[in-house]
Amino acid sequence: MTEPRTQCSIRLRVNGQEFEHTVESRQSLADFLREDLDLTGTHLGCEHGVCGACTILLDGETVRSCLLLAAQCDGVEINTVEGLARGDQLHPLQEAFQAEHGLQCGFCTPGMLMSALAFLRDTPQPTEADVREALAGNLCRCTGYQSIVAAVLRAAREAPESVTTIS
Amino acid sequence: MVTRYFGASVTRREDPRFLRGLGRYVDDIKLPGLLHATIVRSPHPYARLEAMRVDAARALPGVAGVFMFEDLATWMKPMPEAGAAPLALRERIGLTSRVTPQYPMARDRVRYVGEPVAVVVAQNRATAEDAADLVEVQYEPLSAVVDTEAAAAPDAPRLHPDLDSNVALQFTHAVGDAAAAIQAADVVVRERFRVHRYTGSPVECRGLVVDPHPVDNRLTVWDATQFPHFIQNALVQVLGWPAHRIRVAAPDVGGGFGVKASMYPEEILIPLVALQLGKPVKWIEDRREHFMASIHSREQVHEIEIAATHDGEIVAVHDRLLVDQGAYNPWGIVQPYNTATHMPGLFRIPNLTVEARMVMTNKTPHAPYRGAGRPEAVFVMDRAIDRLARILGLDPADIRRRNFVRPEEMPYNTGQLYRDGQPLIYDSGNYPEALEKALAAIDYDAFRAEQESLRDRGRYRGVGISSYIEGTGVGPYEGATVYVDPSGGVVVATGACSQGQGHETTFAQLAADAIGVPVDQVTVINADTAAIPVGVGTFASRSAVVAGSAVNEAGKRVRAKLARAAGSLMEASPDDIDIEDGQAFVRGAPWSAVSLARVVQSALPTYASPSTVEADFEATVYRQVPTVTYASAVHVALIEVDIDTGMIKLLRYVVAHDCGRVINPMIVDGQICGGVVQGIGGGLFEALVYDEAGQFLSSSLMDYLLPTSVEVPHLELIHLDYPSPRNPLGVKGVGEGGAISSPTAIANAVEDALQPFGVCVRETPLSPERVISLIQQKQSS
Repeated sequence: MTEPRTQCSIRLRVNGQEFEHTVESRQSLADFLREDLDLTGTHLGCEHGVCGACTILLDGETVRSCLLLAAQCDGVEINTVEGLARGDQLHPLQEAFQAEHGLQCGFCTPGMLMSALAFLRDTPQPTEADVREALAGNLCRCTGYQSIVAAVLRAAREAPESVTTIS
Repeated sequence: MVTRYFGASVTRREDPRFLRGLGRYVDDIKLPGLLHATIVRSPHPYARLEAMRVDAARALPGVAGVFMFEDLATWMKPMPEAGAAPLALRERIGLTSRVTPQYPMARDRVRYVGEPVAVVVAQNRATAEDAADLVEVQYEPLSAVVDTEAAAAPDAPRLHPDLDSNVALQFTHAVGDAAAAIQAADVVVRERFRVHRYTGSPVECRGLVVDPHPVDNRLTVWDATQFPHFIQNALVQVLGWPAHRIRVAAPDVGGGFGVKASMYPEEILIPLVALQLGKPVKWIEDRREHFMASIHSREQVHEIEIAATHDGEIVAVHDRLLVDQGAYNPWGIVQPYNTATHMPGLFRIPNLTVEARMVMTNKTPHAPYRGAGRPEAVFVMDRAIDRLARILGLDPADIRRRNFVRPEEMPYNTGQLYRDGQPLIYDSGNYPEALEKALAAIDYDAFRAEQESLRDRGRYRGVGISSYIEGTGVGPYEGATVYVDPSGGVVVATGACSQGQGHETTFAQLAADAIGVPVDQVTVINADTAAIPVGVGTFASRSAVVAGSAVNEAGKRVRAKLARAAGSLMEASPDDIDIEDGQAFVRGAPWSAVSLARVVQSALPTYASPSTVEADFEATVYRQVPTVTYASAVHVALIEVDIDTGMIKLLRYVVAHDCGRVINPMIVDGQICGGVVQGIGGGLFEALVYDEAGQFLSSSLMDYLLPTSVEVPHLELIHLDYPSPRNPLGVKGVGEGGAISSPTAIANAVEDALQPFGVCVRETPLSPERVISLIQQKQSS
C-alpha cells in the first residue's frame, strides 16, 4: 500500500490569475488563500462551516473555504472578494453595501458579498424574504442584518445587469 | 462656526478597505520569521495540576518552545483587575470583596474548562497543535462547583481555598426603606427569575501578534482588543519596562461587544514567550477555544419582591441577586452593581433594597458584555412588573404609564450612587413620550382589541414592552490629540478603539466641524498607545461622549492656533479669521482665502525669515466627565407563538430611544439594530451550557446558536431628541442599548401571548423546548 501523500500539487485560477502551488494535504482552501496567496480578505470565524465568513465562489458556486482542502482544488476557478472591485471602481454590490451601512466591523463582509453575488445572479429580482433566506448562512454580529438586506435589495434594484459581473 | 457634519450620515471612511477584503485584522498580519502559538487548556472544570511532561512536545520537529508556569515563573503575577469601587461607594453599600487572583497560566489548580496550562510555539499552527497533543498533563480532578445557588452554600467545595466561601463579593444597595414599605403595602408579588449564561461571540475571535525587540527592551503588540492602554499597562506591570517601550495597537478588529474589553491570560503569555524566543509570535483563537476561553456573561439568579398599592403604584422593590461569576473575578463590582443601580430603570421606585452576592463557580469567568449587568436588571424588573400588572388586572402599558418618571420630575434623583461614586440623577429624557410613541407605532390598542379573537382562532400573539435606562459615557477620562500637518491634513489620535463603531468617520466629523475642514481631510488613528500615551478604551457606551468631547475640544484649540497663525499671515486679528472647507480667510473678504497647508507652512521658520508665530498646530485634551449621562429606550415586540412547535415568530419590533444628539444617524441606527439582534439571540437562541459535572457543552456554533437574517425582523426605530446637558456635544452613548431590553420585550410578549395557558416566563432562553414545556406544565397543573 502506498504511503498517503503529505503534499499535493495543485493548479488553479484565482480571480482570473493562474497559480501553481504545492500544498500540504491537510491545508484548508481558506488557509491556502490567506497564507500562500496572501489573499487575506477571506476570513475565518469558526472553521466548522457555520459562520460563512470564509465564503468564496468555486466554479461559480458559493462554498465554505474552511471546509475544503486546497488539495481538492486542482483545476478549479475561484473568486474571492479581492476580485470584485476593478481598480478604483467598487463593484455595484460593494457600493450598495457602503451606501446602506451594510457593514460595521467588516469581518463577515467578504462572505456576505460573495453569497450575495451568487444569489443575485440566480435571483435577479428578489423580495426581502428571499434575501434573508439567501443570507441565512452568513452570520453577522454587528449590523442586525437589516442594512445588509437593504444593500442587497438596493444593488438588485439599481444595477441589475452589472451587479453579478465579476472581473 | 458652521457645523457641517454633526448630524450627517457621512458614509464611512473605513468601508472601502473592508469591502475590498483589504482590512488588516490581527490574523492578516505577517512578519518575517513569525512563529505560531497554541494554548494547552484544561479539559477539567476543577482539578489539581499534579505534573506536566513536555519533552515529547519539545522534541517535535518545527517546535520552537513549550512553556509551562515554571518556565515563566519570574513574570507570573496575578492578572490586573478593574472595576474597583470608589471609597464613598464602598462604604455606602457595605462592600466586602475577596481577591480571586488568576495567573496567566494555572499554577497548581485549574478552575474552568479552557484555563491555560501551557503554551506551545512552532513554525506553523498545525505543528503547534500537533505538539500540544503531545503535552502530557496529569490532573487530579476535583468535585466541580457548577450550580449557582449550591456554590453559595457554606459547605460547597471551594474554588479558592484561602477564602472561607465561594461568595467573593457582597454588598447591600438601598434607597429608602423597602422592608417597611413592603410590610405596609397592599400587594406584594414575589418571583424568582434566572438570566442564563451567554456572551457576545463576535465573528472574529481573539488574537495577538507580538513583535519583540529583546535587545532594545521593546515590544510591539498587535492585539484584537478594545482597550490597548489597559493591556499596555498590564505589560508594564509584568515586565517592569517604561510604558513607551511597549506599544499595543489594535488593528482592524472584527467585533468586540465587551468580549475584547477584558484582560486575558494570552495577552501576558504570548508577549512573554515572544520575548523568550526573541521571535515574533502569533496566536489566533479558534471558535471552539473562544467559547471556553473568552469571557461569559449574564448568568444571574434573582429573588425579587415588588410591592404596590391596589391601583398599581409601585412602593418598593426588594431584590436578592446572585451572580454566577465563574472561576475568577477581574471586574470588581461592575456587573452586580450595574444590575443593582439599573433596577429602577424608567420607573419611580421610592424604596429599593438590592442584596447582591457574587459566587465563584468552575466556569469561564464572567465579565461585562454589551449591557454589562443591565439586561439582567431589566429582565427581572420588567418581568416582575408584568407579573404585578397581571395580578392587579392592569394592562402592562398602563402600569408603566402609572409608574414611569415624568418629564416634570427631571432631572430625577434616584437616591443612588453610580459606580463612579457620583449621585445617580437621570439628567434628561422623556420616558412617557418614548412609551407612547413605541405603543402607537406598533398599533398597541388595535392589537389588544384583536388579540382575543386571534386566540379564538388558535393564533397566539402577544406584545411585550421593556424599557431601560443606561448610564453612558462613563469616565474617568479619554484623550484626543489633534494636529495639522504641513499639507493641511488633520490627524486625530484618541484612546478610543473601534471594532465596527465607525470612529474613523464620527471622530473625523467632529474634528472637521471643530476646525473647519472637509471631513476627507481628517485621518483618525485610534487604538494605538504610540499615538497617544494614555487612554481608557472603548466599552460601556462611552466613546462618543468622552472621546468625542475630547476630539471636539482639541479640535477647537487647534482651530484657535490656526486662526492665530492665519491672522499673522494675513495681518488680521485672529478674531476676524474664519476657517471653512480647509481655507482660512478674513471674515467678509473671501478672496483672502489661503489653504491651511499655507497657514501651517507659513509658520515654519526658514533661513530667509524667522517665524512670527509658533508652528504649533497641535492640541491634546484629556476630557474628564462629571459622571455618566442617561440614555433610555422603550422596546415593544409583537410576536406569535406556535404552540405545537414552541417556535416564536417576531412579527414586529419597535424601538423608541433617546441617545441625545446624534453625530452620524446611520451609524447610530446600525448600533441599535446590532444590539437588538444580539438581545434577540440571547433571549431566544444563545446559551452557554455546562453539565452537572462542569463539562462545557457549547463549544461550537452548532451548539451556540447565533441569530441569522431569517430569525430577525425588520426593526423600526423612533428617535427622541433629549440632548445631554453633561457634555458640550449633547451626546449620549448608544453602543449597548439595543441589547438591554430585547430579551425582555420578547419574554414579556411570550407570556402575554400564552396568557390562556397561564404561563409565567421566569427563565431564558425561550427555546422551543422551553416554550413547549411552559405550556405543558400549566396544562397539566
